[in-house]
Amino acid sequence: MHSKIFESYQSNDRSSLIPLLQDVQNIYGYLPENALRDISDFVKVPLSRVYGVATFYNQFRLTPLGKNIIRVCRGTACHVKNSANILFALETELGITAGQTTRDKNFTLEVVNCIGACSIAPVILVNDDYHGRITVKDIPKILKKYQTVNKTETAEATK
Amino acid sequence: MVQLTINGIKVNAEEGMTILDAAKSVGISIPTLCHLKNLDPTGACRICVVEIEGFRGLTPSCAYPVTEGMVVTTDSPRVRKARKTIVELLIENHPQDCLICVRNKNCELQDLSEQYGIREHRYVGETKCHAIDISSASMERDPAKCILCGRCVRVCHEVQKIGAIDFTKRGFTSIVTTPYNKGLNVSDCILCGQCIIVCPTAALREKSSIKEVANALYDRKKYCIAQVAPAVRASLGEEYNMPLGTDVTGLLVTGLRRLGFKKVFDTNFAADLTIMEEATELINRIQNGGSLPMFTSCCPGWIKYVEMNRPEVLDHISTCKSPHEMEGAVLKSYYARKMGIDPADIYVVSIMPCTVKKYESNRAELSAEAMPDVDAVLTTRELVRFFKIAGIDFNDLPESEFDNPLGESTGAAAIFGTSGGVMEAALRTAYFKITGTELEHLEFEEIRGMAGVKEATVKIGDLDVSIAVVNGIGNVGPVLDEVQNGTSKHHFIEVMACLGGCINGGGQPIHQKPEKVVKRVKALYKIDENAKTRRSHENESVLTLYKEFFGEPNSHKAHEILHTEYFDKKKILKN
Repeated sequence: MHSKIFESYQSNDRSSLIPLLQDVQNIYGYLPENALRDISDFVKVPLSRVYGVATFYNQFRLTPLGKNIIRVCRGTACHVKNSANILFALETELGITAGQTTRDKNFTLEVVNCIGACSIAPVILVNDDYHGRITVKDIPKILKKYQTVNKTETAEATK
Repeated sequence: MVQLTINGIKVNAEEGMTILDAAKSVGISIPTLCHLKNLDPTGACRICVVEIEGFRGLTPSCAYPVTEGMVVTTDSPRVRKARKTIVELLIENHPQDCLICVRNKNCELQDLSEQYGIREHRYVGETKCHAIDISSASMERDPAKCILCGRCVRVCHEVQKIGAIDFTKRGFTSIVTTPYNKGLNVSDCILCGQCIIVCPTAALREKSSIKEVANALYDRKKYCIAQVAPAVRASLGEEYNMPLGTDVTGLLVTGLRRLGFKKVFDTNFAADLTIMEEATELINRIQNGGSLPMFTSCCPGWIKYVEMNRPEVLDHISTCKSPHEMEGAVLKSYYARKMGIDPADIYVVSIMPCTVKKYESNRAELSAEAMPDVDAVLTTRELVRFFKIAGIDFNDLPESEFDNPLGESTGAAAIFGTSGGVMEAALRTAYFKITGTELEHLEFEEIRGMAGVKEATVKIGDLDVSIAVVNGIGNVGPVLDEVQNGTSKHHFIEVMACLGGCINGGGQPIHQKPEKVVKRVKALYKIDENAKTRRSHENESVLTLYKEFFGEPNSHKAHEILHTEYFDKKKILKN
């Protein structure tokens, strides 16, 4: 599936490593192991270094994303407004830690340094929706919303 | 030439020289951690910082070139404080288990802590916690002890060009590891152990076999036999403060007997045997149109490399087992029968300068009737530790000789321990086998020395034999490309995974001085020069072995016992 991306790059050129990783992530949403091996063979950089680069940058993911991505803002304003509690509540509710995806592949939980919506702190971003001034109590409600959306989606798909 | 002042001393330095080297030239030592000789500086650890007049901050001396009129202070309160803080911060994120650490008293972090007089824990905080990787047969990787200096990474990538480990993740979670943090056994690692040699702490170390060897020695049923590789005798003395390149063969044999080995044999005997087999195989390949060029097969790291990366050239590798495996195989067949010992009771321990040999001795095909040819491998460093445990005072031992018949060897076998040695030894015998006359001049200067790839053409009878010696697995790439393209003009190519050959193997005493290796090499050439016989086909015991047991080199029986096969492991490991 990703073999086509190599057409627009020179092999043996280590400077195309990061653009290649980005292209692969655009296809799969994450970096599968066999794609990393192919990139390593193509640019002639050891797999360990390709893996090192992929784990160094926050933009790269090594595990598949869930259907919904929850980004918890841990910027200064949100921190003051107790975003640590929000994160903890989300982790408890979903049974995963930041950076992980739930087993049913429904939610991925991420931590972001600042979303840029400090006026409505503490804020979380679910897919493209901002949820501001939330409290720990709001969390089950918010999560339920996305779970039901998904259920109707799958219901529609089965029809 | 550039003139500068270091600590008030006028120094004339060459242009482009670093402050570190300039200071060293006038006897001022600056501590280093991430610095590696002969490689580009990274300036990562900052322990080598110095003060330069007119500069705002402190400068890493390993990475900064000298300039005209520069005024440098390498030891001031500010420098001392900075260095001390760096060491303190490193120590606080390092296990505090020096007393039970394998590198106790041989650790650069410990030395720095002592040098800067650190007597208290000033920074207490979170410490990293990682599992130890014990997956490989040769090495252990303990990331908790890693101080992230990056020396192993650079040796692996820049010198060996394997790239099995690298920095992954970032900040506090940084760790030097394999892709996906998997075990070394399923990584690209060839287990050469060069990373162990450069590691300042015990983050990388060999997997110790001392316990199992000790148990075997105390088992009355077992008939324990030791064999010693050529490179060990030229380096072991360093651990006992003897001058570099001292030949300690006699002491070593006595030491091993005192450990409890019933017989102490010489791997050099098997090296002579290897030459008889390998030279015959080469001649057969040349005369009967076999796969050429033929590669040597003494180095298990090289074999592992080809199996994992270039299985296409596997049929170019000589099928001979490596010398210590041959010795083991002969011990458990010919010797056992001759002495009336049940081969199942024989326990063969190889004393090797190498970590890959541990992996090699575990290879299933290097065994007969489910008995491994070699039961355990001890590295030079482990042997030193074993002597210590057993209370053997090495310096005061009397000298003694190897047991016979598998202890006799020629000068040709001694140079197996250095890059170019196997080739030289093989040529001496091949010349005799083809022409029936002896070489007049035994030394092949073209293939000695520390160059990466050494090439020569030798006239043997009517045949111009083209040879190459690859010194270090990092230099093998272009040579292999030629062989794969079919453009290689060579007949015979020797490859050793470590720079300088086994003498600089991953199981040798830890050192950070490349010039040490050259002195060890000299010791081996001296053993060769002083040997009574210097050609493998003059080894009487080897000739007797052929007469009584194998018949002739490459006979059916020799193939069964002294030769092996290789496997394509690329598919298993890379998918």
